[in-house]
Amino acid sequence: MSRSPVKTVLDSLNRGLYQALADDPRVVLLGEDLLDPYGGAFKVSRGLSTVFPDQILTTPISEAGITGIAGGMALRGLHPVVEIMFGDFTTLISDQVINHIAKFHGMYHGKVTAPVVIRTPMGGRRGYGPTHSQSLEKFFLGVPGLMVLAPFNLFGDHPLGAPGRLLYDAIVKTEMPVLFVENKLQYLLSLLKDVDLSEYEVLTDDGKDAFSSPCYLLRIKSAPKARLVLTAYGYMAHLALDAMHRLAYEEEIFCELVVQTRLAPLNLEMLFEAVSRAGSLLTVEEGTFSMGWGAEVVARTAVTLGTGLKQVGRLAAKEGVIPVAPELEAACLPGTDDIIARAKEMV
Amino acid sequence: MAANKELFKKLYRIRRFETVLLDQFKTGIFPGTTHTSLGQEANAVGVLSHLRKDDVVVSNHRCHGHFLAYGGDPQALFAELMGKPSGVCGGVGGSQHIHWRNFYSSGVQGGTVAMAAGMALAEKRIKSGAIVVGFMGDGTLGEGIVYECLNMISLWQLPILIVLEHNQIAQTTPTSLAIAGSVIKRFEAFGIPTEELDTSDILEILPVAGKLIEQVRLETAPRALIITTARLGAHSKGDDTRCPNEVESLWQLRDPIAIQAARLPEMAFNQVVSAVDAEIQRAFEEALAAKGSLQ
Repeated sequence: MSRSPVKTVLDSLNRGLYQALADDPRVVLLGEDLLDPYGGAFKVSRGLSTVFPDQILTTPISEAGITGIAGGMALRGLHPVVEIMFGDFTTLISDQVINHIAKFHGMYHGKVTAPVVIRTPMGGRRGYGPTHSQSLEKFFLGVPGLMVLAPFNLFGDHPLGAPGRLLYDAIVKTEMPVLFVENKLQYLLSLLKDVDLSEYEVLTDDGKDAFSSPCYLLRIKSAPKARLVLTAYGYMAHLALDAMHRLAYEEEIFCELVVQTRLAPLNLEMLFEAVSRAGSLLTVEEGTFSMGWGAEVVARTAVTLGTGLKQVGRLAAKEGVIPVAPELEAACLPGTDDIIARAKEMV
Repeated sequence: MAANKELFKKLYRIRRFETVLLDQFKTGIFPGTTHTSLGQEANAVGVLSHLRKDDVVVSNHRCHGHFLAYGGDPQALFAELMGKPSGVCGGVGGSQHIHWRNFYSSGVQGGTVAMAAGMALAEKRIKSGAIVVGFMGDGTLGEGIVYECLNMISLWQLPILIVLEHNQIAQTTPTSLAIAGSVIKRFEAFGIPTEELDTSDILEILPVAGKLIEQVRLETAPRALIITTARLGAHSKGDDTRCPNEVESLWQLRDPIAIQAARLPEMAFNQVVSAVDAEIQRAFEEALAAKGSLQ
């Protein structure tokens, strides 16, 4: 697996883990059911225990315990990576993340770092039901001392692909704790190469930090001035790209899409510039609506642009449990058609 | 004789620190609150006297005694409690969140056991030869993560000594209202060899702790030590709901300072007391004089 060509988000993340384990003996991967031939529930860790048996630790079903243990390992110089099998189970690790790992650097007055990366798949549309389908990352956004990342399915200019590079850098190149938000359906997506994006102009903002967690802006080449900016991350960014394409070709509504890979701390410069041109903003996320990521993005944009922000919309999951039944689940989570419908209402 | 005097000095330094701290709290120079080690001094000294330079200590909210027994500077701790930049953690951590050299404490119950386990795993992986001592209280037995970690500590044979300071009361809740079943069997069920002591006498704690630490070191394997002890002070400052007669009786029977003092000739006792009183007073005054927002 690790030596086969990188085609999908899953391949890219797997290769990123492989490279981090190969390059840095401080890296240790902990999690449930990681050993080959199983290689983790979603196979992101497949092949790793065969090649790096000393750096992969399969654990009991003890999410809080292994996350807390990773915190202790990081304080003593290692760079542990924790795989939490389903994003829903991040509730079990919240005390370890918020009161321990994210606190150590500040509460010990900068004398220590706690470079833990916690990887986990969020998201629904697989029929897993109420407790295995949620997107709970919003509960971890805004925790001081914690970075929250979500990859985008671009290939980019790195041999690992953009998702793998983001994960590699999070593991090896930063001392800050990271919650790395993956998505079950995103795993299967092909990485978009230049040839796939030939219709689009793609701008990248690597931010001002040494650690690169880029923000991307995509727009259709030679399109008329955009009337709306879509912003999203993770799997929703893929759906938003699809929606942007259909809006252009089916409705002659032209948008720009800003994709975030760093959800916290926020990096919205590129978004502010895009919205200052278009005037309207639609945020799209798979988590539930109330107090969501999009609410903060809208608030920041309004504060920065003032009357330059003329209209806002938000799309998110309906409030309530995510049903197993496919039709009910689809009605609960925002899809491409929902993005198109809302965009049409707004312009 | 000389050893007894030295041990008494180590115990009395903690006692004096905590006494001055509580006394000065009334003047308003310390923000927040504090949890003192009154009555539990012999646990700290009895265990930590055996550590080597590279060993790691993880402590909890009641950490002053552990910090001082580890070798921490009383002036830096006073300054930390005053919220001064010259404090151990620049006044950010305060009473419960201390880090100096290989000493770490934190205030959320249970998580420190995970921290300690992770550190022991790290030391084992890098083959440093260092061991970890993790302190916890009986109240912490209510936290689920403790059992997750006891399991992994044993499963992965981590070089750690868990010291359970069983003072029989968690804040205001007595053990009888909080703990079912056997405490020692909790550890033994996970396959962690465990010793139990019911004493406040440093001379009883010292050899048992030494033996267990040696075993952890030689076998790279976990051990646990349960010390039934007595909290002679309040949980924090003024929140002792126990019957005054009960507390008075503990002072009579379970005061580690009095137990060890009885072994010293009067002159040696007086020498230690006056030297330590002067040292702690100087530490307090220097901490107070240091620059800080509360000047």
